[in-house]
This record gives sequence, structure tokens and C-alpha cells, in this order.
Amino acid sequence: MPTLEIDGHSVTVEDGLNVIQAAERVGIEIPHYCFHPALTIAGNCRMCLVEIEKAPKLQIACNTRVAEGMVVRTHTDRVKNVHAAVLEFLLINHPIDCPICDQAGECKLQDYYMDYDRQASRFPLEHKVKKHKALDIGPLVMLDQERCILCTRCTRFLEEITKTTELGVFQRGDHCRIDLFPGKRLENLYSGNVVDICPVGALTNKDFRFRARVWYLDHTPSVCASCATGCNIDIHHRRGEMFRWRPRQNLDVNQYWMCDEGRMSYRRYQGEGRLLQPVVRDGGGWAVRAWEAVQRDVVTRLREIVGAHGAGAIAGIASAQATNEELFLFARLVRDSLQGRTAGLSWSPPDASQDDLLIDRDKNPNTAGLRLLTGADGSVDTLLSQVEQGNISALILLRTDLAPSHGQDVITRLGEQVDYVVVLDTHYGPTAEIADAMLPIASFAETDGTFINRGSRVQRIRESIRPPAQARAGWLVLSQLDAEFSRHAVPADANAVFTELAATHAPFRHLSYAAIGDHGLPIDAGAAAKPPAGQ
Amino acid sequence: MSEKILLRHEDVAGLDRIDVYESDGGYQAARRALTEMQPAQLVELVKASGLRGRGGAGFPTGVKWGFLPKDNPKPRYLCVNADESEPGTFKDRQILEGNPHLLLEGILISAYAIQSHTAYIYIRGEFVHGAKVLEKTIADAAARGHLGRNIYGTGFDLDVHVHRGAGAYICGEETGLIESLEGKRAYPRVKPPFPATFGVFGAPTIVNNVETLACVPPIVTRGAEWFKGIGPEKSPGPKLYCVSGHVQRPGVFELPMGTSLRDIIYTHSGGIPNGKKLKAVIPGGSSVPVLTADEIDVPMDFESVAKAGSLLGSCGVIVMDETTCMVRAMQIISHFYHDESCGQCTPCREGTGWLKDLLTRLEEGGARQHDVDLLLRVSDNMMGNTVCVLADAVAMPVISFVNKFRAEFEEHLRHGGCPWRAAPAPTVTAAAAHA
Repeated sequence: MPTLEIDGHSVTVEDGLNVIQAAERVGIEIPHYCFHPALTIAGNCRMCLVEIEKAPKLQIACNTRVAEGMVVRTHTDRVKNVHAAVLEFLLINHPIDCPICDQAGECKLQDYYMDYDRQASRFPLEHKVKKHKALDIGPLVMLDQERCILCTRCTRFLEEITKTTELGVFQRGDHCRIDLFPGKRLENLYSGNVVDICPVGALTNKDFRFRARVWYLDHTPSVCASCATGCNIDIHHRRGEMFRWRPRQNLDVNQYWMCDEGRMSYRRYQGEGRLLQPVVRDGGGWAVRAWEAVQRDVVTRLREIVGAHGAGAIAGIASAQATNEELFLFARLVRDSLQGRTAGLSWSPPDASQDDLLIDRDKNPNTAGLRLLTGADGSVDTLLSQVEQGNISALILLRTDLAPSHGQDVITRLGEQVDYVVVLDTHYGPTAEIADAMLPIASFAETDGTFINRGSRVQRIRESIRPPAQARAGWLVLSQLDAEFSRHAVPADANAVFTELAATHAPFRHLSYAAIGDHGLPIDAGAAAKPPAGQ
Repeated sequence: MSEKILLRHEDVAGLDRIDVYESDGGYQAARRALTEMQPAQLVELVKASGLRGRGGAGFPTGVKWGFLPKDNPKPRYLCVNADESEPGTFKDRQILEGNPHLLLEGILISAYAIQSHTAYIYIRGEFVHGAKVLEKTIADAAARGHLGRNIYGTGFDLDVHVHRGAGAYICGEETGLIESLEGKRAYPRVKPPFPATFGVFGAPTIVNNVETLACVPPIVTRGAEWFKGIGPEKSPGPKLYCVSGHVQRPGVFELPMGTSLRDIIYTHSGGIPNGKKLKAVIPGGSSVPVLTADEIDVPMDFESVAKAGSLLGSCGVIVMDETTCMVRAMQIISHFYHDESCGQCTPCREGTGWLKDLLTRLEEGGARQHDVDLLLRVSDNMMGNTVCVLADAVAMPVISFVNKFRAEFEEHLRHGGCPWRAAPAPTVTAAAAHA
């Protein structure tokens, strides 16, 4: 743990860090473009030049490892001059097309120009080197060679992280340009990350291009729900609409990256197919009713069934798409309050994608939570055989779409064998065929809650945008139903649900929303091996 | 110095043939080194001789060899820098094409000294003939047992490979050379680590210039004291001087280190033709500061030239007479560095083009009021701020040209272009053909 001095601040950091990272610890920004903590040192942008005592020349902070007694100065006139000089060099051939550039507002050229340069142009516009703009280099990514500052973050990412090397540097001097190698397209499974790490507007996301000014976007920390990895993300949104997802750094989960499949999955949650209003079956069609009316209707029907067939006649299936909070309330409603039985479904296609970087073949965000709170997968088949035997009269389906896993025929038969089916889901799906009531609930981007990823890590999701139309948070719908059949009060928020969950389930006992924070915490694996409390 | 060591082929006909080279005493030094001396002894011998790198920087060769780590299990490589690309420099070519066995013998002794079993000769792509000569030289030497397995029965093995470049100046920078040799873009590496610890394929590597290695066999044969006795104490040895431009007899001259620049121009090269007066001299290849006609009474060795405000560099002496337009000359030089900047570091990638742009405007018209000062500012912003010294290689001449010939630059500014344009275009020959 060497101790060094940066601009008069003494800082002790772990060995192996560079001066940029050490300075960050004491809140000192050393501007840089090419350095990225997950990539090899390129040392080419020259923006991070600083004074190191005893070194006659300025040194690049990115390639300077901290050492005991090192004295660093980042704000001397010499350093300020070189910062301004490097920025001037970067900008002489830059097109300065900020008004039409998507990066504007989150561009390091803009930021550093304001912070470190602010001098008038000394270079005539007509002498700028012309390169290609709007090059379509892959399904997700557009390249503007004129905006590029040749920091090579993208080429290093493709060389070192995906190991696919689609992009390279061609030509020399100020005619250098990033381009595809002949015969290649940027179409690996992680191509979108080059847009995130590009410090300027050279690489832009085709899906996001020209759709929003970034300063109008809010962002909410969350977790991708596309697979069991649980990559940490930021959801960028405005006025109830999501515009993009970007990976959020979590060294224990996804480092700095996310896959393209996950990145683009946000589109699944807005637009076509969402359930927007609570509905009840009305002859061959659907009747839209007020929430309270539908809820009253569901409660009445469930009471009738319990009265007619006894407690065991009600069953529920929840999927690994549900949050821990929902699964906890679901189990409490069906098992405790209605004295019914539950089953859990975590299904992924047999040909599901997977790799050794981030993509998991389990396409559910919360399989681990489902196992802990609802029971094993096989229980769906057990439950279905109970249906076959005519023991089940009512079925509650939480985020469970049985069609891909069991086929439409099974759904149809279920409809014939079960008197009453309630569906709680985000989308109008195959189970609508047999549903008697459908309650629209929030997608994971519209509700607070937690998932447990493949590494047994509990991670928070947050309500980034309001659920569309009449849809409500799943925990709220479930707890309101439960309150009708029990003395349980309706909790104030998801946090209150989790507090109850943690109090009654040993693997969660050490956890709270505050403790989990933005980067998640593992469950108590020792406690998880024992049967869940309250069983 | 009457006896030629490096250019001995000018005295002995057919020295590029192995039988002639052997009968002239060739490979005796290598045989002696391998059979009678320990590697460490050789390193000490070269240290004692005071031999300094002939590529331009003048780093003591024996000291460089001593930087190899003792405990690194990886193989060691010897890399021969034959990428001679500095404008005004054409000395290594003489050895490569005329006296190639001297280089190969130097490689053999040096590889043994640093215990490397593979040597690469990185030769610039344009040296087509030189590469062919080297291939034949290596084949002939191997056939006579000077290369390959168990050389001279000592158990020492050595393979030498010729690797041709593809025409980029930057491949002469030693880490750019290594990257290129590995099959990559020749981006000079960020240092540390240095090649001695992390060189070719990540293994310990020594990169030496052709002329440097050619000095090694005579040091073994005649001893360190003999070598030290030639020229000044701190930069001893025979030296090749390349003279081009406005002289009667351009060419390569082998003279002792420390020979006066005036003698090189006026005695060995025959002075300025057509009775013209001398205006300026670039003493060490196009990348070093220019000297005026008043500054040529300087011994051509590393210390003396540095003291005079320039650098010995590659000893590429470019002579310019009074008809030379200094703005035009600098414009030509800047054009070269703009074209050859690898584009890795921001200040060099953008600055080389900017300098060329400014100089072109001064020369051809369209310059702005502060452009002469801007030349100095841009150069200053490039100097010392990049991975390698290519930025310095254009900034240094610009600063010296402007400072020493400021009036001429101002005149261009006032005139709205070159005032001598109407007259026959004064030009400077960057490199002269050698017979």
C-alpha cells in the first residue's frame, strides 16, 4: 500500500494502481481519453500528462504506477498548458458537429474543452482532414471517422475482451482512421459496448441515434432481466419512455459490459403487446373494468371455489421472471392465506445462447430467488398432474407463460380442467386463452424489487418509469389480494415487503435495501442450504 | 584515417563474397570470440571500447547489453535495425550492400555476447538489393559453418532472419520496429517496459543499428584500446558520414568520430559547387536542429554537436547553399514527417499536419499574421509530449529554422509567399545518390 502525494493530498492506495486511479480516490480528475481500466494501456491520447517529481519530462498518468513517496502535480502551469495543447490538437481536425451529434452532452471533448482548454480556434476550418461519416459498420453501431480521436478503446475492446478484432486503425498520421477489417462486420454479441466506451461521438448506437438529447434523459440504476447473469445497468428514460440501457460498472458481476441481446431487450417492455387495463372474461371477449371491480370479482370467485372444493383446490404458478418480493407475497397468498399449492417455473429455450463472458443460458433473471421462495422447477409437472386428476379448480399464474415450455395444448387442456384462471402479467400472452381475469402488472423496469443472479447475488431493480396505463406493481396487486384472505396489512412499498421477507427467510436475514445498495450482496449461502423459514 | 574499416569493400574488391571476406581475415574475430572468450568478457570489451550506438541516440552499446535481465527464462533476441529511413542518411546501406559479412560477423559475435540464438535483421522495404545480398550472405555464411548449429564446435547456435519492412519511417524506432516484426502496426510502444526486458514477442531483446554491429568485429580483433584511440574519448571509433545537398562530391565518408564538420563539407565533399556560399547545414539527418554557416566549426561527435545546439543523430549531413529557401526546405521536411507520423499520439498525429499546413501557407501564400509564432507554439506543444520522438524530430528543426532564419520567414509573410518563387525554384536534395 504505497503512499503518494497528489497536489498536496496524501493518498494511500493499493499497489498496481496508476496515477489516474489514485487521483480519483482523492477526488482529483486527471483528464484522459484512451485509458480504460478494463483495457491495456495505450498511452496515445496524451491527455493525462502530469508532473512527477524527479522526472524531467511530463509523464502519462495512465502508464505511471503508484510508488511510495511519489509526488504528483496535476495543476501546474506546465500541466495546464499541455492539457490545452492536447485538446487543441484533438480539435483541429474534429468536425465540431455537436449540434447534430448524439454524444453531445456526454462527450469528453466537450467536457474537457470547457474544463481545460477554452481557447479560440487557430486552425482554419477549410483545412480539416475529411474522412467518412455515418459508416454502417454493424447491426447496432454507426461510425463517424471524423469525430474519432483514435484513442483505440474500441479496437482494444474487440481485441482483448471479445477477441473478435473487427476494427483496426488504417492509414497514418492525421489520415488515420478506424475502420472494419476487410470482409468483417461489427456483429459480435457485445458490439454495443464500443459505443459506451467511445469517449466522443465516433461510435453511436443506431437504435439511439437522433432520438433524444442526453441531457433530457434521466437514468435509474437497475439490473438487466434478460438472463441469470444480472448485468448492472442504467435505464435512461424520459417521461415514461425508455431510450436506452447502458451497462453500469460492477466488478463482481459484469465489469463494465453488457451483451447486445440484453441491451436491446428494453424494447420488449414498451410498445406492442402490453396489458394495459384489468379485464375480465365477458362471454367470448373481454370486458374492461375498474381495478377495484376486477379485484373484487377475483376475490369473490376464489372464495366461492374454496367454499365449494376446499382449500386445496387453489394452485398458483410463478416464474423466475418475478421479483423476490412478488414471489414472497405470491407464496404467502397462495400457500398461507388460501391454503393452496404453488409451483415455480424457470424455463429457457433448449438452444438458448450462452458464452463464458456474460451470457447465461438461463434466460430468467431470478431462478435462484424462485428456488428459494417458491420451490423447484419440477413442481410444475406435479401440479399439472394434480390438475389432470381434477383436484385443482382455480389457478393463479404470475408472470408465467406456459406456451414455450409446455405448449399451447397444455394450456388449452388446463382451461378445460380448471374452473377459474387469474393471470398477473405484463403482456397479453398465450394464457389469455384460458384466463378469466387478467391483471396488468409492472415490468421489472417499472417496479422496485430484487433479483438473485446466478452468483447468488441479491441485486436491486427500481421503478425507473411508471407502469403504463392501469398496470400496477406486482407486489402491490399481490399484497392487496392477500389482504382480502388474511390479516396481513398491505405494505407501504417494496422495501417494506423485503423487510418482511428478510425477517422470515434465513438466506436474506442479513440484507436490506440499504445494505444491498447499487452493487448487490450475496445471500447467506449457508442458510440457503436449510429449508426456508416458515415452512 | 586512411584505413577503411566499415567501408573496407572500397579498398578490397569483392569483399561481399564470402571467400574474399574470409581470405581477408574475415570471421577470425568471431571464431576467436566464440572459442576463446566468455560472453561476459565480450560485453566488458565492448563497454571498454566506448562504442556508442550509431542509430542516432548514441547510447553506449555495452551498457545496453548489460540491461538484459539475468533471470528471465524467455529466449533472448538480437534485432538489427537496418530500417535506415532518416532523410539524408544512407550509411547503413553501404555496409549492407558492400560489406555484408562484416555486419553478419558483428551479429554473430554480439548474439554470442548476449546469448541470443535468433537474430532478426529488420531491413527497410525499399532496400530490395540489400535484402537479397543479406539472404545470400546468410546462406553462404551458414554453408561455411558461421551460422546454424554448434558454430565452430562451441555448441553455440544462431539463426539469422531477414525481415523486410513495408515502407514506414516509424519502423526505425526500436519498439515500432519490434511491433512491425511481430506483424502488427508499427506503433512505438509506451515505455517502460524497455526492449531489454520486454522486446520481441515479449522476450528480452537488444536492438542495435547496422553500423554499431559492424564495429564489433574490429573491436574484438584489435582491442578496445585501439577503438578508443580513434576520435574523442567519449565518442570514439570510426564513423560513416553521409553528405548530401549542395556539395561537389556527395557521398558516404568513413572518418574518425569528431572530424570537423567544416572539413567534411569543404575537404572530403569538395565544398559548395558553382562558387556559391554556404547557408546552412543539417548535421545529423533531417530531424535535428539546423546549423548556420557560422556554426560549422564543430567536431562531429555526440558531445560536440550537442554543445553546438544540434545533434549528431545519424550523421546525415545535409548541406544548403545561399540559393536555398529555408521556408521551402522546412516545408519539404515537414511534409515528410506529416506523411510518416504513425498517428498514434495526438500531438504528433495532428501537429505534423498543422506544421506542414502553416509552412505551406508561408511558402505558397495565405499565411496569417501570427503564423510564424504559431509555428513555434505548435512545435513547442509537440516536443516531449509523445510516446516516441517523431514529434520532436519535426519540432526541433522547425524551431531552429524559425529562430535562426526568422527574417526569411517574416519576409515570406510580408510578401504573401516565397519572394524567390519567380526565380528557378531553389530546392534541397534530401538524399543524394551514391555512386
